[in-house]
Amino acid sequence: MQTQITNSGVRRSVKRLFPLFVLPTLICFLMSFVLPFVQAVRLSFCDFNIPGDAVWTGLQNYKNVFSDSGFWHAFLMTMLFTLVSLIAINVPAFFLGYLLKEIFRGVTVFRTSFFIPNLIGGVVLGYIWSMLFDGILSFFGKYLTENASFGFWGLVIMVAWQQIGYMMIIYIAGFQSVPEEMLEAADMDGATGGQKLFRIILPNMLSSVFVCTFLTLTNCFKLFDQNLALTGGAPIRTLANGMQMKTTEMLALNIYSTYNINRYWHGTAQAKAVVFFLLVGTIAGLQLWLTRDKDASAKKSKKGAEET
Amino acid sequence: MNKKHTGRTVFFAVLFVVWLIPVIIALLNSFKTNDAINSGIFSLPTSRTFAGLENYRRALTFGNYPFLRSFLYSLFISITSTAMILLCCSMTAWYIVRVNSRFSRIYYAFCLFSLAVPFQMVMFTLSSDASRFGLDTPFTIPLVYLGYGAGMSIFMFTGFVRSVPYDIEEAAIIDGCGPIRTFFLVVFPMLRPVVVSVGILQLMWIWNDYLLPYLVLDMTEYRTIPIHVQYLKGSYGSVDLGASLAVIVMSLLPIMIVYMFCQKHIVKGITAGAVKG
Repeated sequence: MQTQITNSGVRRSVKRLFPLFVLPTLICFLMSFVLPFVQAVRLSFCDFNIPGDAVWTGLQNYKNVFSDSGFWHAFLMTMLFTLVSLIAINVPAFFLGYLLKEIFRGVTVFRTSFFIPNLIGGVVLGYIWSMLFDGILSFFGKYLTENASFGFWGLVIMVAWQQIGYMMIIYIAGFQSVPEEMLEAADMDGATGGQKLFRIILPNMLSSVFVCTFLTLTNCFKLFDQNLALTGGAPIRTLANGMQMKTTEMLALNIYSTYNINRYWHGTAQAKAVVFFLLVGTIAGLQLWLTRDKDASAKKSKKGAEET
Repeated sequence: MNKKHTGRTVFFAVLFVVWLIPVIIALLNSFKTNDAINSGIFSLPTSRTFAGLENYRRALTFGNYPFLRSFLYSLFISITSTAMILLCCSMTAWYIVRVNSRFSRIYYAFCLFSLAVPFQMVMFTLSSDASRFGLDTPFTIPLVYLGYGAGMSIFMFTGFVRSVPYDIEEAAIIDGCGPIRTFFLVVFPMLRPVVVSVGILQLMWIWNDYLLPYLVLDMTEYRTIPIHVQYLKGSYGSVDLGASLAVIVMSLLPIMIVYMFCQKHIVKGITAGAVKG
């Protein structure tokens, strides 16, 4: 299919419209993404209060990052949270989607109703749930920010509640793409429900599972608003060296609060942000590489089929 | 409809109510007096603990900031930014695909790259750059959203434009239609489904966004709803739970209205966005 302009006269007249079609987006993109990004990389090697007074200090900021136990704690918390949430979100979403793929009374309402929590912003969500958790824990004479594991599991429950509906919608679309004939054939051959699920449905919707897995991974890894609004990192533990460590803080929040300690931490916070970017970029790159690979192998096998 | 499926309807009706308990509790408690909220959030309001609209009245000026003002800032920022993103990014995406020059391929690669960059990477420098360029007011922050949201939107738009054959536009151009008219009369109407998907995704993101406006705007003067809510939570000491919950409920109303009218489009938007990734 032809998607680009071939007539050189027309192409030239469209190109002349560059200032109208591209320039506004490009200028804003340069101002609010490219420039801040380039500065951010540079400042991660500097000591600075504001970007204007930066002094080059080489790798000092990065040394500070890796010797900061708060950073390692936040890193482990992020990894653990992401892994637990991956299961806590996707397993219920898959089975809700499985139950909601068929037509029955009220199914259209149910399909979208589980999605409602996703429309609520992280900050508002954190407010509602911290009140809720405190209300429940008060029956046992406890409160949410008293214990780091309350904060951790609270965050898992809240984020699962928020995101299950979103993933469920993707899974329903996946279930609907499973060929009906295959299921009918399996029925005729007397396959059980479990056999159909694991032998036909699951293999046919691997792409939905793949998409949801990576969406959950990036969403959870980059989580900020919910973390800030639910516990804000509390409870705080004072370390042997006098530093304070927020025990329920994930990476994104750790970067933010490092910056807010005082001006001498600005460089370290920016270096943490670069490390964070590299981690998130790795996940994104992995996703890209895996889909590429799949596309390429699909093409290859198609080509092979055509040749034979 | 067989028996098994009736059971399923009942099961989901119950699950649905359980699922929405957090929202229901917020709603119920927003009508209770502060004493009643403090002594237990799970009790229903009685004639003694019912506060009527008293919490809502206090909520309008709670936190020494008029709620209506933050509501209007949020509304203005969300709608203006989304409109600008839809218009500018669809034009850019069309240009990128149809002209397909070396520049447009490089620009597209940059957009893809920006998708992999978390906000924390650029937030400190972005907030100082924004004030340097005068983008730190509610009336100019849409330009920041256009720049920062460009990556995702251009990505989704180019994907769609690539699936539309050039033949139709070519016919229009041969008939003497200029490129600008071709775009607005022929191309843009065809983009409708993806415009709706991108529009809803961006609207939800910007309406709920906390950190970007918090870092870019001057908080003493301009507070969007998420900033206002987080500020209320931070101001310990004089916690007015009733008024806070009233703020929360009022901030949820517009979302619920959009949700009721756009259910179908939201679902489509998610599936479209998910496939593209």
